[in-house]
Amino acid sequence: MGNEANTKRMSMIVTKGSLDWAYPPFILATTAAAMGLEVTMFFTFYGLTLLKKKLDLQVTTLGNPAMEMPMFGMHIGMPNLVSAIPGVDAAATMMMKNLIKKKGVASIEELRTMAIEADVKMIACQMTMDLFEYTKDDMIEGPVLGGAATYIETATKSDINLFI
Amino acid sequence: MADQVLDAKGLNCPLPILKAKKALKEVPIGGTLQVLATDPGAVKDFEAFCRATGNDLVESKAEGKLFEFLIKRMS
Repeated sequence: MGNEANTKRMSMIVTKGSLDWAYPPFILATTAAAMGLEVTMFFTFYGLTLLKKKLDLQVTTLGNPAMEMPMFGMHIGMPNLVSAIPGVDAAATMMMKNLIKKKGVASIEELRTMAIEADVKMIACQMTMDLFEYTKDDMIEGPVLGGAATYIETATKSDINLFI
Repeated sequence: MADQVLDAKGLNCPLPILKAKKALKEVPIGGTLQVLATDPGAVKDFEAFCRATGNDLVESKAEGKLFEFLIKRMS
């Protein structure tokens, strides 16, 4: 499917770990891989949580002024204040997960597995692993450890470089 | 009659493309894969997918909410 010289490459820095922010990197990575690109994902800071063995991703209504949930036949915005009420973020997370299932959208676990099957390279930022005291044991099999220089080298060789 | 049929109805982006990619591996070169989908985004996606992978989008049709794609594996 296209010789070595024609292969396009994409790299991404993944910095966020909430349920909503987990989708763009995995959707882009799996789709790019399906289209013949060589993909590298560099997980750092809160992106590291996306590499954990057991995923428990959440969304919050705090600081998400554009968040509108389809409810009662309308789109209901979520003011910051409601997130202070106990249970609201958990309810928003549950609502998001139910919507995802109902609309036939892949789960992050599924997308992550597909990414690994598609040979997407995953690098875990050594510094932030150390910062948050994560060990390789906390993470799934597959990702290698690396630092900024590792990412920069990959990026210089990539056609597409994204910061998510 | 297509060599393989993929039912991607009810699945949202990027699943139709990802599953088609997987299904194409089982299709002999020169053979065809028929994909059934309900995701309207799949129309442009399959055009792009075929251009990027060098496969031939032989047919792309819509019947109400159902989209049918016929992809010929070229390599």
